[in-house]
Amino acid sequence: MTQATVSLRVPSRSAVLGVFQKYGVYIAIVLLLLYNLVFTPNFFAVDNFRTQFVQVVPVLIVALGMALVIGTEGIDLSVGAVMALAAAVIPLYVGYGLVPTLLIAIGVGAVIGLLNGSMVAFIGVQPIVATLAVMVAGRGLALLIANEQLKSVTSPEVLALGRDSVLGIPYSVLIAAVLVGVVAILVNRTTFGKQLIAIGGSRRAAELAGLPVKRILLIVYVLCASLAAVAGVIGTARLGASVPSTLGNLIELSAITAVVVGGTPLSGGQVKVLGTLAGAVLLQFISATLIKHNVPDAYSQIAQAIIILVAVYIQRGKARVK
Amino acid sequence: MTDARIPGLEPPVLEARGVTKRFAGVTALSGVDLVLRAGESMALMGENGAGKSTLIKVLTGVHQPEEGELLLDGRPATFARPLDAQKAGVSTIYQEVNLVPLMSVAQNIYLGREPRGQVGLIDFRRMYADARALLAEYGIQVDVRRPLRTLALGVQQMVALARAVSINANVVIMDEPTSSLEAREVETLFRVIGLLRERGIAIIYVSHRMDEIYRVCDTVTVLRDGRVVHVGSLSELPRVELVSMMLGRSVEKVERGGVTAFRAANESDAPPVLVATDLSRKHQIDGISLSIRPGEVVGLGGLLGSGRSETLKGLSGVMQLDRGGVTIDGKSVRSGSVPAAIRAGIVMLPEDRKAEGIVPNLSVRDNIVLAALPKLSRGGFTSRRKQDAVVDVFIKRLHIKVSSPDQLVSELSGGNQQKVMIARWLAMTPKVLLLDEPTRGIDVGAKAEVQALIDELAHEGLAIVLVSSEVEEVVEGSARVIVLRDGSIETELRGDQVDESALLAALAGSAS
Repeated sequence: MTQATVSLRVPSRSAVLGVFQKYGVYIAIVLLLLYNLVFTPNFFAVDNFRTQFVQVVPVLIVALGMALVIGTEGIDLSVGAVMALAAAVIPLYVGYGLVPTLLIAIGVGAVIGLLNGSMVAFIGVQPIVATLAVMVAGRGLALLIANEQLKSVTSPEVLALGRDSVLGIPYSVLIAAVLVGVVAILVNRTTFGKQLIAIGGSRRAAELAGLPVKRILLIVYVLCASLAAVAGVIGTARLGASVPSTLGNLIELSAITAVVVGGTPLSGGQVKVLGTLAGAVLLQFISATLIKHNVPDAYSQIAQAIIILVAVYIQRGKARVK
Repeated sequence: MTDARIPGLEPPVLEARGVTKRFAGVTALSGVDLVLRAGESMALMGENGAGKSTLIKVLTGVHQPEEGELLLDGRPATFARPLDAQKAGVSTIYQEVNLVPLMSVAQNIYLGREPRGQVGLIDFRRMYADARALLAEYGIQVDVRRPLRTLALGVQQMVALARAVSINANVVIMDEPTSSLEAREVETLFRVIGLLRERGIAIIYVSHRMDEIYRVCDTVTVLRDGRVVHVGSLSELPRVELVSMMLGRSVEKVERGGVTAFRAANESDAPPVLVATDLSRKHQIDGISLSIRPGEVVGLGGLLGSGRSETLKGLSGVMQLDRGGVTIDGKSVRSGSVPAAIRAGIVMLPEDRKAEGIVPNLSVRDNIVLAALPKLSRGGFTSRRKQDAVVDVFIKRLHIKVSSPDQLVSELSGGNQQKVMIARWLAMTPKVLLLDEPTRGIDVGAKAEVQALIDELAHEGLAIVLVSSEVEEVVEGSARVIVLRDGSIETELRGDQVDESALLAALAGSAS
């Protein structure tokens, strides 16, 4: 009885948790923007936002693929290595023009995705193990291809991807926006998306319902790696150089964080595409805020860790509320 | 094992008195008494949920009883942990051998009590010699230095048994020990059991295989709903009576009609839609052939472990078959493939609705359309309009109680979840519907609705196979009943033969 009367005045703990589960990442973004509005000079300049969005693009694109994989109750640690591989092949083919270069880079990603997906779907290797192996071997292969050298990329077409804008909006941001839209439609409006989510929700039930579980898993890993390759091309274009030794280092962690913070549970069965976008933007704003207040980068990483913990705690609450 | 020993004269080695055990308010065991005497071999019988495994876990220290006590050699004993029970001489042999597969046979036998040399190192030579001698007592000749996993399963089990007995066991509990053994290995096991009994070791034997029970055991304790319903000598107990006690159906007064919501006879004389020939899979089912006509409900009878569910899994492509195949309307169906079976029109409602049926995080709508999704799409894009047409129809027709189709399926009651599962398959317009325990765990009202629905679907021409552990459901719902025992077809009951006493007799496998 007392509990009932209390809950009339104060929203119950689970209701509060529920709001945070649904809108937590957006609330956090708004709070952070408000903070910056008051305390950070020039944060609300158009140039600053353009810079922020350009910087978030690689993580965002990788996170889109990661969200699909996590939706199937998987994980892909090899995305950073795929970015490095994409970067490594660019100097070899850049002479053929932009489109062939792009196709080859994405093709390399797709092949790595096939490898990951085959191990997971057909051999039954745990995703974390399969992609960890590919993560290590992939970067090694990238360094071999590049002869462990940094090569500058001078093709104006490729560089334009990272530096030029149309109507004030950078190409890279446009590409990312289109990809967000495509993945959102894929997840919410297609048979494939629904089947993917069902597999993450209950793989056994999906199998018994006659879903092509293995094929879908394979495609999901191919998509994830292909998106990582796109991120690799954009990253290379921005740097103006192919740097397979460092490009995409630890990006898998940022991507996973963006996905989880955005409300997609690691236990699969849900994919929040807009949440993932918001998660990536939130991470970017946090590090930008800290940088603008001259907080060392190390603190930014610690902040990221705290956010992961909070997000996972809220997700856990969700499982319990159910 | 026609042993002349009279168990009544031996002193009790293990006793349970008034043992009661509850889990979250549900009573699993209620005032259970059990007396096991030296050299006795007792069959512990009961169907699903009777409390067998709980009782075994209490006897072996995995669970502690809330009321009642255990007596070991007449003295009260408390097993706080499994190790306490083991030290006291109560050992368990599970169906899956729980030893260390990569270690040698000898190491497994002496794990934790290896013979030591003077400086405290393991004396391997003595250990190997001891192990060899020990196994030789049971007539087992193996290289004791080989890793355990390289041996046949039956031999592994014998090693487990030898280990248990060499740790000074007075009581050995065997839980389905033969479920994965070859016929020859079973014989070895039985010989060893005989040897153990001659040494005065008492055995509790749990198995679903009637023939084994009657060969190996001399007494029987029957559990039902957590209570002991019968204790006595096994050889004087006809099989039919044993089975009816397990199922709680009395042989003499068999009620007729009115128990379930089934009305129609569910018979048909159309040509068969599904023909299955010689379905076989090692240790599961052996040579099962059957045919089903449109509009017919065929019951699949059998005790737990008889191969009922496995037969459905073989038919629906869920289980890979070693031999045999299925045809639909004369066309053969690729075996071992669920999508192929579904395309051919065979669909199965799985027994474990929660783990294998519903996708809990999805809505009722998404669960209903899960299998039919490609059909309800255009060019790979889902069509809300097409989905709604199907979803609304089935929610109405099956009376699924939902606040909206977008409600999470996990929020529904068991009965409504089951209806969602049936809707999922009806949306595929199947030819054959396989139902594995369709009314288990759902409330009485929903149960009647599901039963009435089965009638209705059969009337509309669907061929239905019904597996149920409730005798009256099988008898009243089916036009004929195929009775399985130990993975093979025991007999088939047709027409007037389909009644409870005939089914009980067939389940028991006695020549009645």
